[in-house]
Amino acid sequence: MGSASSMLTQYDIEEVQEHCNHLFSQQEIVCLYERFCQLDRNAKGFISSDEFLSIPEFVMNPLSQRLLKMVDGLNFKDFVAFLSAFSTKAGTHQKVELIFKVYDSDRNGKVSFKDILEVLKDLSGSYMSDDQREEVLGQVLKEAGYSKDCYLTLDDFIKVLGHSGVKMDVEVPVD
Amino acid sequence: MNSSGVLKSSSSELDLDRPNIEDYLPSGAAIQQEPRGKLRLHDLLDISPTLSEAAGAIVDDSFTRCFKSNPPEPWNWNIYLFPLWCFGVLLRYLIVFPTRVLVLTIGWIIFLSSFIPVHFLLKGHDRLRRSIERSLVEMICSFFVASWTGVVRYHGPRPSRRPKQVFVANHTSMIDFIVLEQMTAFAVIMQKHPGWVGLLQSTILESVGCIWFNRSEAKDREIVARKLREHVQGADNNPLLIFPEGTCVNNHYTVMFKKGAFELGCTVCPVAIKYNKIFVDAFWNSRKQSFTKHLLQLMTSWAVVCDVWYLEPQSLKPGETPIEFAERVRDIISTRAGLKKVPWDGYLKYSRPSPKHRERK
Repeated sequence: MGSASSMLTQYDIEEVQEHCNHLFSQQEIVCLYERFCQLDRNAKGFISSDEFLSIPEFVMNPLSQRLLKMVDGLNFKDFVAFLSAFSTKAGTHQKVELIFKVYDSDRNGKVSFKDILEVLKDLSGSYMSDDQREEVLGQVLKEAGYSKDCYLTLDDFIKVLGHSGVKMDVEVPVD
Repeated sequence: MNSSGVLKSSSSELDLDRPNIEDYLPSGAAIQQEPRGKLRLHDLLDISPTLSEAAGAIVDDSFTRCFKSNPPEPWNWNIYLFPLWCFGVLLRYLIVFPTRVLVLTIGWIIFLSSFIPVHFLLKGHDRLRRSIERSLVEMICSFFVASWTGVVRYHGPRPSRRPKQVFVANHTSMIDFIVLEQMTAFAVIMQKHPGWVGLLQSTILESVGCIWFNRSEAKDREIVARKLREHVQGADNNPLLIFPEGTCVNNHYTVMFKKGAFELGCTVCPVAIKYNKIFVDAFWNSRKQSFTKHLLQLMTSWAVVCDVWYLEPQSLKPGETPIEFAERVRDIISTRAGLKKVPWDGYLKYSRPSPKHRERK
């Protein structure tokens, strides 16, 4: 699916559905396409950072910059694949994987103490000082059996977050 | 283990310009703690609520919805209805439209031939001149409304000329002003436009007393606030009409009201306007069409049907801030016109949210 044409054929929908492992229904893909075209103002085939940043609700989110890096410049197929982690049908593994990718900003497959600190900083910002954050994180990691210099892998994340399930769902408004 | 639980969101940096948006949005930034005060790694690493919110905003957000023009369902899709629709198009463009243009032209001729003499000849007799000019402006607005076959139902007591009062209304298009002006000659506060609209603004609207503002100027707000105050104090001035949303919204939602109109120390008379979309969608999507195109679109439609409700005047209650007052009036208008409220500032249409908003989350 190269450029965003205003018509979506049945073939296109099935291709996109295949690509996201059937986590979205065909109706939802049509609605996501409308949304994609609404955000992609000059029909380039992808949504630029600028266009994402014109959504006030998105800009106000503390993790918007991190998500922006992951979603900037995606074509429609990959856009849907990215959002499929938020489908109610997606498994915990996929959701945890997305969370891992948000932490692992340098994409080296490992999450360091520093990486976690940075995400915490994005979330708690001015409410805690850097030292307070380091202290809390160090303490909590120790209690969970990890040291400060340890790197967390995806398996560690699944171990910590996976057993109680992750509630990370977004409903696609189907009109 | 020490539980550093300084994780409640504080409202210490209350931005007086904007109400507490946190009241509207679910806060996902608070890190959950177990009741015993023991923080687990699971809780620290679990950013799923915040991520869900971000993804939710990507998939659908209430701000973009406010400015979406929803095209009506096409009803001319089969072989019987299509010729009927074609006939309708011919009728509208070849008969109705020229008639309307004719009506409008006649109206302008009458208006200009009365306005120009009155404006120059009666220079000395200010009061008389003003009242004649007012009636003339009301007349030309009636001609405009007739040129779209406007069917406007007014409900409630007509605005009266009293000191210390302002009128506020929800905003869908520039024609809101014309619809209201045909009943009462208001003074209005408007964005200065280029082109023929600007020309009209600087000549005719000057006579009813208008205030100009410029969205792009930073210091503009204070200047405008001062002009508003001066206008309201003047006993002879026409009643002031303000559109506190600051921008055109698609008549299904209301965005946040700017508090400027509500801190002038006057009674605020809310006016609610609702257009009937069956006939034409009156929303002026200024990003998509110029005003001229918008007017032409209206003139080639069957009719513009709307309801105008003049609602009960409201005053600032003791202990109420102007922002709360604005919200209360927005509530009244939205309920009356059947509009949904969203917590966004209309000006976000033109600029990005400032970094200080992100801090507060």
